[in-house]
Amino acid sequence: MSTRQVFASQADVPDPVPDQVSGVAAGRVNPVPSWWRFFCSELRLVFGRMRNLALLGVLFIIPVAFGILFRLTLSANTGEGPPFLNQVAGNGVFLTLTVITLMLTLLMLPLAVAVVSGESIAVEASQGTLRNLLTVPVGRTRLLAVKYAAIVVFALAACLMVTVVSLLMGVILFHVGPVTLLSGDTIPLGAGVLRVLLVGLYAAGAMAALGAIGLAGSTFTQHPVGAIAGVLVVVVGSEICDQLQQLSAIHAYLPSHWWLTWDGLLRSPVDWSGVEHGLLSFAIYIVIFVSIAWARLTSADITS
Amino acid sequence: MSNGGSHAITSAKLSKQFRSGQLAVDEIDLAVPKGSVYGFLGPNGSGKTTTIRMLLGLIQPTAGEHELFGWPMPAWQADALPMVGSLVEGPAFYPHLSGRSNLARLDAADRTASRGSAKRRIDHALDQVGLLAAADKRYKAYSLGMKQRLAIATSLLRPRELVILDEPTNGLDPQGTREVRSLIRQIAADGTTVFVSSHLLAEVEQICTHVGVMRTGKLVFQGPLSELRSTGPAKVLIRTPRPELAVKVLTEIGLADVADSGGEVTAELGDMQPETVCERLVLAGVPVAGLETPRRSLEDEFVELTGEGFDVD
Repeated sequence: MSTRQVFASQADVPDPVPDQVSGVAAGRVNPVPSWWRFFCSELRLVFGRMRNLALLGVLFIIPVAFGILFRLTLSANTGEGPPFLNQVAGNGVFLTLTVITLMLTLLMLPLAVAVVSGESIAVEASQGTLRNLLTVPVGRTRLLAVKYAAIVVFALAACLMVTVVSLLMGVILFHVGPVTLLSGDTIPLGAGVLRVLLVGLYAAGAMAALGAIGLAGSTFTQHPVGAIAGVLVVVVGSEICDQLQQLSAIHAYLPSHWWLTWDGLLRSPVDWSGVEHGLLSFAIYIVIFVSIAWARLTSADITS
Repeated sequence: MSNGGSHAITSAKLSKQFRSGQLAVDEIDLAVPKGSVYGFLGPNGSGKTTTIRMLLGLIQPTAGEHELFGWPMPAWQADALPMVGSLVEGPAFYPHLSGRSNLARLDAADRTASRGSAKRRIDHALDQVGLLAAADKRYKAYSLGMKQRLAIATSLLRPRELVILDEPTNGLDPQGTREVRSLIRQIAADGTTVFVSSHLLAEVEQICTHVGVMRTGKLVFQGPLSELRSTGPAKVLIRTPRPELAVKVLTEIGLADVADSGGEVTAELGDMQPETVCERLVLAGVPVAGLETPRRSLEDEFVELTGEGFDVD
């Protein structure tokens, strides 16, 4: 092998790479650590970006702000607020559910996921780093898998942060105790918190599905902003269509239709139907759009 | 293609027609011998970068095939590409990461690289290109020369059999160009095959052993540098105080393309020996102050092969 001389152009330099010659030929590729190492690198990239940290910061501040706002509203006019406010007043745990609903319908969580997923491949293409990665070679399927895994981790982190922060705010600002469910039963606080965490996980599933749409969009453009805008157009379009009675036939197939159907988790016994439909919808969206992303990336000419 | 044993790169009728209909690369048969420094030349837009992107599996050829070290591409790229370091169309890195983090990112993406030796190999690569002192600066703060050198450092992260460099001195000042050239020499010195594309003649003339010349998507010449030099007609140049007389004599003895540029008369030698020309001139009473048979410059060859001028710095 004429390999190592590159490193030994000064004769007295000892060979610095004794353990790393053409590993492929030697069949020494250990798949698990190599996937894990690239995945960690991707996570560092996603969570090391100031812009993404700022997004998470906003997702941290909003539940805090909502909590304080509700508390102040409650002090101003006791018992006269909207129904959800009375629920929050009755038990701080409900603050979390209110905040998750607002964060989804006001597009806070979807925006964060749209940004991270929409730029995932597109930003590499626009910087030109995509060609570097592919000639390493990283393998296009492997790149896509790692990119999507990082998007899912980001979606999970965002949703769980919103859930946990609003739970803490509920504990700090409001009365907490045994949780009265929608079905009228009362369960202990611990079990109630567990159910609320399940709602957070369900939201993360919804956002993971949205992330798959963003990933697919990201493989079609070299302009990250274009892909991000595309995802937001999909979300807003889906929410509008979901409001139109004339389109009720397609409501169940809209990407945002099942985002809030977790109320069955707050009944006793748990009513799984809405959650099951939702998870099925998310899974189908993930399969379809990850497949589109795969078909596109593995066949595309990389000219950026 | 049967040259996998002795060649780093071979291609057979490799072609790329873009969806716009433009035929960027037209049936080229590359043969890059192992251990050579292969200058891939041609004017801008002649298909060099498209060819390199095909060689590396970034874009799919519309016809033809190619191999790297006998591995058919792109089917076997997972096996072939780890042996290949490359710089395609200018350096490209994450602007907010340091030079060191950028290399770490690429190394992490390489499933054949060992994590344990990563830090050592990254430092070594940075050291080779003289970036160790600036390793922790953000990439966006790098000068163009530093960016280019960081791009070359990616090829040095691990031992390579082949290094493909696309216009590695593009936009560099003379100092930077010299540094890159010496890096290429260093890489080639131990037998690594270097495939370097350029539209700059000086770069190629000084470091290459072989050249391929592209013109509008076609490979119009391929072979050892010496072969390129020996193609084309030999010339004779005579220095004389009486150029008009020399022109007359040279024309009389049947030389073609006789031209007088103020005291220096040139003509194509054809089959005639330079000593015969000298004898005839002296016999005809032309005072010969000097007679040369200048080697045709590579630039002349290029203009002839490519049909257009190069933007020579």
